[in-house]
Amino acid sequence: MRDVSIIGFGQTPVGEHWELSLRHLAAQAVLAAMQDAGIERADALYVGNMLSSETSGQHHLGALVADFVGLRGIEAFRVEAACASGAAALRAGYLAVASDAADLVIVAGVEKMTDSIGNSITTALAEAADADYETPHGLSFVSINALLMRRYMYEFGVRHEDFAGFAITAHQNAVNNPYAMFRRPITKEEFVQARMIADPINLLDSSPVADGAAAVVLCPTEQARSFTDHPVRIRACEVGTDSLALHDRRDPLFLEAGYISVQKAYARAGVTPADIDLFELHDAFTIMAALSLEAAGFARRGEGVRLAMDGSIARNGRIPISTMGGLKGRGHPVGATGIYQVIEVAQQVTGRAGANQVPNARLGMAQNIGGSGATIITTILEA
Amino acid sequence: MGIPAYWRTRAQRYALVGEVCHKCGAKIFPPRDVCPECSRPASDPFTFSGRGEVYSFSTIYQPPEGFEEFVPYTVAIVKLEEGPLVTAQLTDVDPAEVHIGMPVEMVTRKLREEGEEGQIIYGYKFRPLLRNTLTPRPSGQAA
Amino acid sequence: MKPVKDVGIIGYGAYVPRYRLPASEVARVWKNGEDVLPVHEKSVPGLDEDTATMAIEAARSALQRAGVDPQLIGAVWVGSESHPYAVKPTSTIVAEALGIVPNTLAGDWEFACKAGTEALQASIGLVGSGMARYALAIGMDTAQGRPGDALEYTAAAGGAAYIVGPAEEALAVFEGSFSYVTDTPDFFRRPYQHYPQHGSRFTGEPAYFKHIQAAAKALMEELGARPEDFTYAVFHQPNIKFPQQVAKMLGFRPEQIKPGLLVGEIGNTYAGSSLIGLSATLDAAKPGDRILLVSFGSGAGSDAFALRVTEAIEERRARAYLTREYVSRRKPIDYGLYVRYRRKLHMH
Repeated sequence: MRDVSIIGFGQTPVGEHWELSLRHLAAQAVLAAMQDAGIERADALYVGNMLSSETSGQHHLGALVADFVGLRGIEAFRVEAACASGAAALRAGYLAVASDAADLVIVAGVEKMTDSIGNSITTALAEAADADYETPHGLSFVSINALLMRRYMYEFGVRHEDFAGFAITAHQNAVNNPYAMFRRPITKEEFVQARMIADPINLLDSSPVADGAAAVVLCPTEQARSFTDHPVRIRACEVGTDSLALHDRRDPLFLEAGYISVQKAYARAGVTPADIDLFELHDAFTIMAALSLEAAGFARRGEGVRLAMDGSIARNGRIPISTMGGLKGRGHPVGATGIYQVIEVAQQVTGRAGANQVPNARLGMAQNIGGSGATIITTILEA
Repeated sequence: MGIPAYWRTRAQRYALVGEVCHKCGAKIFPPRDVCPECSRPASDPFTFSGRGEVYSFSTIYQPPEGFEEFVPYTVAIVKLEEGPLVTAQLTDVDPAEVHIGMPVEMVTRKLREEGEEGQIIYGYKFRPLLRNTLTPRPSGQAA
Repeated sequence: MKPVKDVGIIGYGAYVPRYRLPASEVARVWKNGEDVLPVHEKSVPGLDEDTATMAIEAARSALQRAGVDPQLIGAVWVGSESHPYAVKPTSTIVAEALGIVPNTLAGDWEFACKAGTEALQASIGLVGSGMARYALAIGMDTAQGRPGDALEYTAAAGGAAYIVGPAEEALAVFEGSFSYVTDTPDFFRRPYQHYPQHGSRFTGEPAYFKHIQAAAKALMEELGARPEDFTYAVFHQPNIKFPQQVAKMLGFRPEQIKPGLLVGEIGNTYAGSSLIGLSATLDAAKPGDRILLVSFGSGAGSDAFALRVTEAIEERRARAYLTREYVSRRKPIDYGLYVRYRRKLHMH
């Protein structure tokens, strides 16, 4: 396999883009990435997206986006793995370059969520869950995570307020990210008193529904320096899967797909958790951050939440997370999130994260989670 | 889901009909025709007793479409006495009374209605056990 | 009437939803100024309940008590004035949920408050003729009264299910039955109308009292029985007053109707009313007890049944929840919640 690097990226601010349609969001990010990489053509375009059919009545995004960025004719298609669609598209692009099938590949993630308002977006997000045995019972996606959180609190004897650190850290880090949706800090008091959505998950446990698009350009590492002074090597991009439904899992409180993907990624990159300088994890809900830290080997079972209580996840802590705001602060345009995470890690490991720079960051990890943990994709990047 | 999709799953939805694996004896719900324990084919029907206890629960304040009129309602993962976990709503209970470990029993209720003109979807829910001392409802292979 | 072969009840089960609307709540909102309220409170179904779900639960208890293979049940008949669908049987939903499908009869019966006992009469015929080994007859309703109307105090939800089978397997054997009908429009509902019309005082003497007395007297005469020969009696119970009055008119003592008189606590459960009175009575009965059951359905008619309880009663009774357990499981609600639960609020 050939070694693969990221040679450029582009992103739109995450938020409510009332003036921009799905295709225009995607085009903005792709064109910005192409400009950043200094390219005018590519061999292939892979678009990560979860909900375009439900929110915009649009499938067939590969050809659509290719056309609207002036690349009509190239290989292009959409990749879907629920909220892990972005990273799944990256995996497709990575394989294409690594296998010598393509030299220059654009990977985009796009989600246009605000075209669908009210409870219909709640319904659409729940399609990541089991449509025969979870959603017919009125479960929202939030409530599935709430079932996890409640059981976690019960088994490990932790309180809801113990999770506050995840949301507070994310919001604090979002302040300095111009692409983030919520650029304001929150207090523990606000966290505790936030409006309940599906108890014990309240509004500030949850990442926001948002519009956004992000894109990266990949090429073989041996050619990367000819495009940019800041190439970022993809040391690993690995996928693990599990049952869609929580009730089918061997142990609902352990992200087996996360464990599988992380172990594969560590093995491919030849690194251990101790080598990772920062971790852009999938904090769609505070509970997911805790479970993700545990599955990745940064905490023992039931102790992921402690990293939010003792400062370990801060930018100067043992394992900084959500350094640019995470899903909670930056926002979670579901199918685009995996690409935003990769861009943020790329910014960190190349020393271009501005005020949020993690000191001496060289090796960073991103983890994108689909559904309540059925698809988990772990990417390790190095400057 | 449309009419055929709901129709197809009526036995498991109305009466918790799952499967039993003849190789390892595992009781399987939802039915999947392959034993999740030993990966062998398993398609003999098995009707669960409907008894279990709450494994986890959440009360929903922001519902998906079609469930608006029930808000707030409580969803749960229930650990059936035969082993499997199942996801369902709790009913006939005040959210504040629910706790992990609460003994529950299956009842067949309306899950939702597809508008005033559409079909009514029925399925399993769980409610607090009316009485603990009752002889359990028999579980076993469906006739 | 008596079938060729002796038959009886081999299993029974009751159901009453959890919610209760006190009659004082209706009076509070409508200020009808009535000095005596017709019931103390009435049962109200939850948002996820209807005649089908309630019938399923009662039938599950009946099947548990009967302890027979559901595949041997040859008919599933649900009597109700509140079937969830106008077209599409409730009975197939029940049959599917109990594992009785596919080799069975299934149908819905309609005859106001005697739809359930009509199904029971037919079950006696079907089993008594040898056409089926067992038959399941259910009377169940989620009745609605127009807001502010006299019926709103009483129109309730609940009922009971019975599995009829050979007398030798029975917990109570049918000694005989009788039916009596005339064209009497004391209460009716036209298609597409949400609430029924009723003839006010016309529902009394020419309707309820006439039909119940005629059916009860004819059956007792056929059997050569007198009121004092029965341990218990159950009469259709639209309010507290009527069944007490008709019992007295027929010569029954208040203690005879006491175990089955639930209307004060759960209201009038329509097609379920006399049948849940019977299930509560069976919960109290001892081997050898004789029970007279007389329904009344507007339109109008009465079915009367005489039963003799067997030795099987005690062991079977213990296999499922008692009627009283549902009756005493109560969560009172106010008129506002009642309006929401019964979908009397128009949201669009």
